[in-house]
Amino acid sequence: MAPMAGAKDGRHPVTALLVAACFSHLLFLPLAAAADAVEGRDAQRNTERISGSAGDVLEDNPVGKLKVFIYDLPSKYNKRLVTKDPRCLSHMFAAEIFMHRFLLSSAVRTVNPEEADWFYTPVYTTCDLTRAGLPLPFKSPRMMRSAIQFISKKWPFWNRTDGGDHFFVVPHDFAACFHYQEENAIARGILPLLRRATLVQTFGQKNHVCLKEGSITIPPFAPPQKMQAHLIPPDTARSIFVYFRGLFYDNGNDPEGGYYARGARASLWENFKNNALFDISTEHPATYYEDMQRSVFCLCPLGWAPWSPRLVEAVVFGCIPVIIADDIVLPFADAIPWDEIGVFVDEEDVPKLDSILTSIPIDDILRKQRLLANPSMKKAMLFPQPAQPRDAFHQILNGLARKLPHPESVYLQPGEKHLNWTAGPVGDLKPW
Amino acid sequence: MMKSLLPQSQLRRSAAASSAARSSVGGAEGPAAASDSSAGGTKPTSSSTFWFLLHALCCLISLFLGFRFSRLLFFLLFSSSALYAASNTNNPSSASSASHVVVGRHGIRIRPWPHPDPVEVMRAHRIMDRVQEEQRRWYGVREPRHVLAVTPTYSRAFQALHLTGLLHSLRNVPYPLTWLVVEAGGVTNATAALLARSGLTVVHVPFPDRMPLDWAERHATENRMRLHALRVIRERKMDGVVVFADDSNVHSMELFDEAQKVQWMAAVSVGILAHTGAAEQPRLTEDDRKSMPLPVQGPACNASGQLAGWHTFNTLPFSGKTAAVVGEAAPVLPRGLEWAGFIINSRMLWKEAEGKPEWVKDLDAVGENGEEIENPLTLLNDASFVEPLGNCGKKILLWWLRVEARADSKFPAGWVIEPPLEVVIPAKRTPWPETTTEVSSEQLEGKQEQEDRRLSRTNRSARSRSTTTKRKGDVQN
Repeated sequence: MAPMAGAKDGRHPVTALLVAACFSHLLFLPLAAAADAVEGRDAQRNTERISGSAGDVLEDNPVGKLKVFIYDLPSKYNKRLVTKDPRCLSHMFAAEIFMHRFLLSSAVRTVNPEEADWFYTPVYTTCDLTRAGLPLPFKSPRMMRSAIQFISKKWPFWNRTDGGDHFFVVPHDFAACFHYQEENAIARGILPLLRRATLVQTFGQKNHVCLKEGSITIPPFAPPQKMQAHLIPPDTARSIFVYFRGLFYDNGNDPEGGYYARGARASLWENFKNNALFDISTEHPATYYEDMQRSVFCLCPLGWAPWSPRLVEAVVFGCIPVIIADDIVLPFADAIPWDEIGVFVDEEDVPKLDSILTSIPIDDILRKQRLLANPSMKKAMLFPQPAQPRDAFHQILNGLARKLPHPESVYLQPGEKHLNWTAGPVGDLKPW
Repeated sequence: MMKSLLPQSQLRRSAAASSAARSSVGGAEGPAAASDSSAGGTKPTSSSTFWFLLHALCCLISLFLGFRFSRLLFFLLFSSSALYAASNTNNPSSASSASHVVVGRHGIRIRPWPHPDPVEVMRAHRIMDRVQEEQRRWYGVREPRHVLAVTPTYSRAFQALHLTGLLHSLRNVPYPLTWLVVEAGGVTNATAALLARSGLTVVHVPFPDRMPLDWAERHATENRMRLHALRVIRERKMDGVVVFADDSNVHSMELFDEAQKVQWMAAVSVGILAHTGAAEQPRLTEDDRKSMPLPVQGPACNASGQLAGWHTFNTLPFSGKTAAVVGEAAPVLPRGLEWAGFIINSRMLWKEAEGKPEWVKDLDAVGENGEEIENPLTLLNDASFVEPLGNCGKKILLWWLRVEARADSKFPAGWVIEPPLEVVIPAKRTPWPETTTEVSSEQLEGKQEQEDRRLSRTNRSARSRSTTTKRKGDVQN
């Protein structure tokens, strides 16, 4: 009881502030609505607002709804890694770094941990890159463990809830399972110390070990300026029916085929390599972004992991995403109605993909395009610097705000302990 | 265990197998993997030993026959599923109970006829057409403005060539269009017939003076003809954008798209093609060629996209060698700024128009004293208000060219053969065998008949070479 009372007491002097914040929030909404109305009048015919509760949630402003306290970790956990390898800022896992930077200067940040709803630990577990630029997850469990040990010793808040009101950004392939190979990731499972914390991750697959209940799925990082630089006039006719660029077979890691993408990408190639409607190949064209803007459908099949930056690119460029990944959980699934926007195809139906796509009623296709043209959809998928309203950072905060207030079970009773600090493979227990 | 060994070992194997065989035995891998790896944990040991021995056997076979073939052998011996069908149930290594998505090797599904179905292709194209139509509706031009194309012309050998090309370009313009054709020397039936066949809305305006044979004078006459057309627009209060489409010029479709954006007067870049038909070409050195400016007439913009000046065609290299008379075999150059590079809002020509700016002269005040109207800038008081279009003049939207035959060249009126053709050379091949040189006139006439029937369907020439009979003017339509 004591910890909870303590937490509640801390809020009283801040109630006035909260009320003021609420009023500012109310003020903000009509302004936002007016801005929307102006947008709406101009683009009246070609965009459609995602109606219903989902659309409202996308336009929520989290400022005033939650407070986040950022632990001050030594720079060896974050800044020094970036200085050592600045490539971490541009690969698809860069969300963890930019989230830290956003929170440092955000209005939801509080320097008083007593009034915080959520606690953020800025540890860049994915910033250990090979020469080719791929992240190695082998030291990540030890790094995470070391960070948690640090914060639990220096501040009392971890032990108060065993991490129940803490959140971590883990954007790697299989999130907190910390491995790039699915079988190994499943064998490891989520790091035992993170069992009670909220995980903000890109990986999402239903009924999978590496997706915990209550996690927030986010899109992978895609560089907004680079995509902005390749925009073409919107009246350029969409003359490619289906577009895809990427590997179909991974000869390095999966020479015989059948493992990579669960055979789905190989099936795509074998069935549609001779089909003129399908512009698919392994080339790396300079006009990749421009070509996506000239396509009606963009394929987003799974690779080694079900998620890919293609989804973000397809949404930004107005190309209807065709998601081929069984049981995938897409970013911000509780806020974005993905089945209204994208087309979902089971992996076993890939040979019939052309029949499926050509038999979608034209009105559905036009509606999907209108929904995609809505700027709020595009904003929600991006991590711009500096942060803008309704971008992916704010959607993450919205997701965290929706989980408030914390249930009673988050706060531990005296003597209650949930975490086993010695669980997991022996190699993880070594200090980092 | 077997299960964990198998994937690792396969991953470490180099890609010796060809990818061609990969797909066909993709299905084979399914049952093979399943049988190999399902040994772990749940089956009794005798079965697992059996599968282990079988695996060893496969390894031995693959040593001799190659990895692919051992799998194929195994598959053919034990599997009953269709070669191309999938089997995707594998080692149940996924830790979760409710998921049907399993980790491990899956078959690569290929349908029996992996080629496009024509009905679906048609449907896909219909979808794309509809999508593009919507795109045009959302992002394209909202209210298309009427295009008024002004063309000075006169009857001569190359007129049909030029006008046919122009009318096809105008037919492709996706906006409502009216073609104002001003003909020097009055309206002729030949021109009228050509225009009637175009299917466009044509206003055929007669101009009293004949077209002179000197290029400089022809230039001046054309200017007066264009002014005449502008007066017609003013009288009839025609609304739209005026494009100066000379009959020998070639226009791109983007020109008409850009024309929709005109406020009052705009300038676009014109590529000047000085036609050098003669063998004597001005010899240019490499330096000359590099330093020579581009053969373009158009607006020049400063860094902020504002009109800063004009870029005109450099006539210096051609000095003294240009054509003076129409049809002379020498380059024909533009003089100053050509009308073709300007686009005008027709409301600028009206007597009264809402929002008409003060820097526009009244049309009646122009050319009334017979002075030279060199270019459309003379219609303005202040030339700095001209809008540069076509990405600020960077895009060349049309080409200027003057190609004419000699003034006295003969051509059939209306390009209809009347009177019928003379036989100049008798056809060498006839159905009759080669006869001697001494042929009777009757036989010759007979031959002529056969040739005539073969020569033309509508006009039958009947003039024979024999001197005894003369049949002239025997026309049957």
